Amino acid sequence: MTLPPITPARGQYPAGGLAFPHRGLLGIAGLETHEILFLLDEAEQWVELNRRAAKHSEALAGLTIINAFFENSTRTLLSFEIAGKRLGADVVNMLAAQSSIKKGETLIDTAVTLNAMRADAIVIRHASSGAVALIADQVACPVLNAGDGQHEHPTQALLDALTIRHALRERGKSEEFNGLRVTICGDILHSRVARSNILCLASLGARVRVCAPPALMPEAIEAMGVETFHDFEAALDGADIVMMLRLQNERMQGQFIPSPREYRHLYGLTAQRLRRCAPDALVMHPGPMNRGVEIDSEVADLAGTSLITRQVEMGVAIRMACLDVLTRRSRGVEGWAEAQGNRA
Amino acid sequence: MKQQRPLTITGGRLVLPGEVRAGALRCVEGRIVGLGAIDPEDGDEIVDAGGKLIAPGLVDFGVFAVDKPAFHFGGITRAALMPDQAPPLDHPARVQFLAYSGKPDFWVHPLAGATRGLEGRELAELALMRDAGARGIATGRGWIADSGIMLRLLRYAAMLDMVVVSHAEDAGLVGSAVATAGEMATRLGLPSAPAQAEAVAVARDIALAEMAGARLHFRQVTTQAALDLVRAAKRRGVAVTAGVTPAHYMLSDLAVAKFHTYARLSPPLRQEADRQAVIAAIADGTIDVIASGHDPRGPEDKRLPFADAEPGMAGAESLLAMVLSLVRDGVIDMARAFALAAGNPAQLLGVPAGRLETGLEADLVLVDPDKPWVISSTRMAASAGNTPFDGQPVQGRATALYKGGVAIG
Repeated sequence: MTLPPITPARGQYPAGGLAFPHRGLLGIAGLETHEILFLLDEAEQWVELNRRAAKHSEALAGLTIINAFFENSTRTLLSFEIAGKRLGADVVNMLAAQSSIKKGETLIDTAVTLNAMRADAIVIRHASSGAVALIADQVACPVLNAGDGQHEHPTQALLDALTIRHALRERGKSEEFNGLRVTICGDILHSRVARSNILCLASLGARVRVCAPPALMPEAIEAMGVETFHDFEAALDGADIVMMLRLQNERMQGQFIPSPREYRHLYGLTAQRLRRCAPDALVMHPGPMNRGVEIDSEVADLAGTSLITRQVEMGVAIRMACLDVLTRRSRGVEGWAEAQGNRA
Repeated sequence: MKQQRPLTITGGRLVLPGEVRAGALRCVEGRIVGLGAIDPEDGDEIVDAGGKLIAPGLVDFGVFAVDKPAFHFGGITRAALMPDQAPPLDHPARVQFLAYSGKPDFWVHPLAGATRGLEGRELAELALMRDAGARGIATGRGWIADSGIMLRLLRYAAMLDMVVVSHAEDAGLVGSAVATAGEMATRLGLPSAPAQAEAVAVARDIALAEMAGARLHFRQVTTQAALDLVRAAKRRGVAVTAGVTPAHYMLSDLAVAKFHTYARLSPPLRQEADRQAVIAAIADGTIDVIASGHDPRGPEDKRLPFADAEPGMAGAESLLAMVLSLVRDGVIDMARAFALAAGNPAQLLGVPAGRLETGLEADLVLVDPDKPWVISSTRMAASAGNTPFDGQPVQGRATALYKGGVAIG
C-alpha cells in the first residue's frame, strides 16, 4: 500500500528548519509545494513592512550578502540589493564587467574567493545554465540563483506567484491556484523565467499553457506539465492570467523570427486580444518590456489589469523572505540549528 | 624493443575470429607463429595464462590523445589518433612525428586532417600525410558543411585508397548546441539540437561516398534514424562502416542531469530509444567498431558550466569492460566483441594486427573477463579522470599485455 504524500496545508508547516530544509535556492525544481507556500507566506510580513514609511528590519544585521552578477541586470540586482539592505545586512555588489572574470579567472576560482570573504549569502546571476549550482558546490554559505542561463530564475517565479495571490485576494477571490488558467507567451526557448514559472505554477495546481512560434518553443516542454500552443488567440481563450515574455535577442544565435513587426502581428498582446481571456484577466510581464512588440502600451498600463509594477513590488518582499529563511541556520534562529534538516 | 626470445602462452582460451577455443599461442620475433593445440619449444619463455582469455590487443579507432598509461591499462596496443590536436594534424611532419610517438610499446596511427586547420574549406596534403604514416583521413570533430568539398575529398581519398572518417552532425542544425533536444535539455535550459542532425549528415555523406566510390567510416553513429541509413547503405553494397563509443550504448541523456560535464560529449548523449537502437545495431552488425573516443580533460576544461565545458571523456580504461558487458548481456559473443574492438578497426586502418592469426603482429592481451572492479575518476591511469562512468562497478580487466611479443609493464 502506498501512502498519500504528506503535504502540509497552507499556514501549517513542519517545525523550524524542516519547513525549508534546503541550504540554498537554486531552482524551483527541487522544491515541494509546501516549501513554495512557506516562502510565499513568509514574504507577507515583508510586503507589509515595505508599505510602511520606515522600511527597515534588523533581522540580518551584521551579515554580509554578496550579489555576484556575471550578466548584466538592473532590476533584479536592485531588487536584491534593496531586499538585503531593508533586512539590515551589509550588501556588496560584484559586477562581472568590473571583475577579474574578464582577466581570465575561472568561475571556480571566483567562487572560492567569494567564499574566503566569508559572505553569509551569495546571490548569483550567470549567463550559463548550471553555473549557479557549480558555484554553490564550492561555497559554504547559502546561494540564491538570480538567473542562470536558460535554466531557472526561482525568485521571479515566487514573486509572480505572490503577485497573483495578492491580486486574487484584492478581488475577493479564493487564493488557491488550483484550476487557475495561466498562459505564458513569448520566447519560451530562451527563458529561465518561463521554466521556473511553469514548475512553480504547476506545483501550486495551476493549468499552464505556453505559446510561442515553433522556433522559440523548446522540445518536449509538455513533459513539464503544460499545454502548448502556436496560435496566440487559442492560447488566450478563457485565460485568467497572461504572462508575456520578452524576445531574448541577446541569447539568439541566428534568426528565430522574421521581424519584430511580424512577431507583434502574431504574438503581441493587444487590447483586442486581451478580450479573448476571462472577463477580469490579469496581465503580467517580468520586464524589461518591449512596448509595441510583445505587449502594447495600452495593455501594459491598464490599471486594474496590468500587474507589472506590482510584480516589482512583490519582488523585494520575496527576496527578503528568501534571504531571511536561508540565513536562519547560520544566525542560529530557534529551531533552525544546523542539525535540523539540511538538504542541498 | 624487439622480441629477443620466443614466447609461448599456454593454458588459455584463444579468442579467434569467430570462436573461442582452448589452446596456446606461440610468437617469434614479434609475430604470431602458432595457435591452438601446440606445445612450447626448447628455449621458449613460457607464460601460463591460467585459463584466461588470450585475445588480440585492442585497436582503439579514434582517440584524441596519446595517453599510454590509460591505453595499456585498458589492453589497447594501437590507436588511431584523431587530427583534432593543437595544432591540427594537417601537415606531413606532424603526422610523421606522431606516428612514432608511442613506439616501441604502443603504436599510434595518425588520421590525417581532411582539410587545412580542420576548417572544412581547403583539402590538406593528404598523399604526403599518407606517405608520412597516416592510416586514414578524418574530418575531425566538425562536419564538412560544403558538399562540394566533401565530394572532392571522398574522390581523392578513394584514389589514395584511404578510409574517410566523418563526424556526422549537420553543423547548421547543431549550431552551438551541447545537448540533444528533448525533455532533459529543456528542463536544464541547455542549447540543444535535434537528434535528426545526425541522420541528415549521414544521408549526405553516404550519397557522396557512393558517388565517389570511397570508403566511408562514421566514427560514431548514435541515433536510430542514422543507423537505419547505414544499414540500408550496407545492404546496397556501399563501402560504409560505423562505430560508436560505450557512452552511447551505456548512457542516455539522463546522465547530463545536474549539469554533469563528464557527460558532455560530441555528439551529445541521446534519448533512451536511440540508446536501445545502438545496442540493436551492435547486435545485428550495423555497427562495426567500438572505440573509446579517449579524450582526457582536466578541471580547466571540465569544471565549468555545462555549455562552456569541452566535450569528451577519458574512455580508454573502461573500453574493454564496457565491450565485455555486451557479451555478458547476450548482445554479442566473445569473438565478435574482439572483432568490434580490435579486428575491424585494424582492418579499417590496414594494419597487420587485431586478430589472432599466424603471421600477424603478436599484439596480445590476456583478459580476465569476470574480474570485478570499480571505475573511479579519482584513481585512473589516464591523464585526467573525466569518465561519466565514475563509481560504476564493472567486470573484465586486462591482466597482461604484449606489443610485438614483448610484455609491457
